[in-house]
Amino acid sequence: MSEITAEQVAHLANLARIDLSPEEINRLTTELGQIVDSVAKVAEVATPDVPATSHPMPLTNVFRPDTVVPSLTVEQALSGAPDHDGDKFRVPAILDEE
Amino acid sequence: MTNLIKLSAADLSGLLADRSVSSVEVTRAHLDHIAAIDTDVHAFLHVARDAALATAARIDARRAAGDVLGPLAGVPIAIKDVLATQDMPSTAGSKILEGWIPPYDATVVRRVRDAGLIPLGKTNMDEFAMGSSTEFSAYGPTHNPWDLDRIPGGSGGGSAAAVSSFEAPLALGSDTGGSIRQPAAVTGSVGVKPTYGGVSRYGSIALASSLDQVGPVTRTVYDAALLHDVIGGHDPLDSTSLTDSWPSMAAAARAGLADGALQGVRVGVVKELAGEGFQPGVKQRFEETLALLAQAGAEIVEVSAPNFEYAIAAYYLILPAEASSNLARFDSVRFGIRVDPAEGPLTSERVMAATRDAGFGPEVKRRIILGTYALSAGYYDAYYGSAQKVRTLIQRDFDAAFAQVDVLVSPSAPTTAFKFGEKMTDPMAMYLNDVTTIPANLAGVPGMSLPMGLAPEDGLPVGLQIMAPAKLDARLYTFGAAVERLLEASWGHTLLSQAPELAPTEMFASEEGVV
Repeated sequence: MSEITAEQVAHLANLARIDLSPEEINRLTTELGQIVDSVAKVAEVATPDVPATSHPMPLTNVFRPDTVVPSLTVEQALSGAPDHDGDKFRVPAILDEE
Repeated sequence: MTNLIKLSAADLSGLLADRSVSSVEVTRAHLDHIAAIDTDVHAFLHVARDAALATAARIDARRAAGDVLGPLAGVPIAIKDVLATQDMPSTAGSKILEGWIPPYDATVVRRVRDAGLIPLGKTNMDEFAMGSSTEFSAYGPTHNPWDLDRIPGGSGGGSAAAVSSFEAPLALGSDTGGSIRQPAAVTGSVGVKPTYGGVSRYGSIALASSLDQVGPVTRTVYDAALLHDVIGGHDPLDSTSLTDSWPSMAAAARAGLADGALQGVRVGVVKELAGEGFQPGVKQRFEETLALLAQAGAEIVEVSAPNFEYAIAAYYLILPAEASSNLARFDSVRFGIRVDPAEGPLTSERVMAATRDAGFGPEVKRRIILGTYALSAGYYDAYYGSAQKVRTLIQRDFDAAFAQVDVLVSPSAPTTAFKFGEKMTDPMAMYLNDVTTIPANLAGVPGMSLPMGLAPEDGLPVGLQIMAPAKLDARLYTFGAAVERLLEASWGHTLLSQAPELAPTEMFASEEGVV
């Protein structure tokens, strides 16, 4: 059975960039444990001789001609941004001051 | 005068073509009905009344000028909110995209517009299509037109409720693990998940890229075929789009209406999709449908798909893994909301985390965390890697089954529509709703749900699922149209004619832009 800890969930939340409250972390720890126990049954039949399928209808080398086609204007690209400055996205500081 | 909202898209097409009615009249009739009942049903997140009437007037003018128009020109359509529309908000049912108006149309939306259809608005859904009931929509659930206290299925409950309550004759849906077929089943409507790659995913806000597929939501098999012909076919903007040329699905559906269309068809009953956990009335209607098929000359064959029992487990690893990656794009920089953390320095990373906490609902958080776990170093092979192997085994099960039979059938969902709140506290119980529909997504094969009666114990719709080999969507339409004709002949009416009439609410609330 899986041993999912609250510490692990907090770490996953950090990796996934979601601030979770302590209550959410506790609830998710229980739920995640139940879900992982249930989905772990894939290992019963996933033996080494079975190849993996990542894509149901595999296509390879999907190319297009290298020609310029109409694309979004700067104004369109910025139209949904929470903040912008001139023709650029404006973001909070990338690096912490410390 | 005929009640325009009760007509199929095919019938409307005929009346529009010979100019017995105008598109403005048809569009207005649907908008008025939405205004009258959608406060109760809540199928729509956005209704574009003025734009729809203006588009309809343009189609009428073109027809009057003698332009050659497609068969569905002038027919209204509802669009699932997961699809990007450049003139309407596209939120995928999430707060994180509240009010977002994309700068481009999804390819299917573009094709629908080019074919002259009239977009009425955007339909409700579980947030980012994660759910089977619309209860995870950030904007409140949609209500089942058969019983407003019950779920309309999900994630595409809004599109299914819109067509089954006669708010629109046609809708677009998307199906990652059953989001078109399960809502169709519980609302007594028709839904088709095409072959993976058969319909463009460009502009469909991605949930799980190897599973998502856009498809038609309608009241009849023939209408679904007409819409499939509009939206299907290769799209260079989607690198997973198949380059095959496709036959006319409408012609395939018409072939199913011929006498003897079911003679000699080998129909496989998947043993593993009819056992425990299925409601008695669902089983009963399924058995009766098989008996009707046999009477009509079809050969019923039991087939086994032993690995289907691992499908849900594989799905709930593959989907969260892909979703956690796809939803990383919601970083509060390029689109959507931005929320600052309550305290501490304002760095991009911390703003992103605060935004995603405020913008994502509980199911989305659950699946992102699960997916992040399944993809982490040390667990990847055991979980995600194994799930991909199960996918191979399920494809092999389909191959073996289709070596014996022409189509596979099962109930579309294990139960009829359940009541709000019944499964909200138990994620695994909610996930089990998809047991019948998930295998088709994992293998990429096409699937359809159509009504096969009402469960005797609760009087609610039951759906029949039909699956065909990959790329043989046309077979689905031929067989589906034949089954629909057979069932309706046995009832003497359509199933949806038995749905309760919804009374208009006192407050009409569907002005432009009302959410």
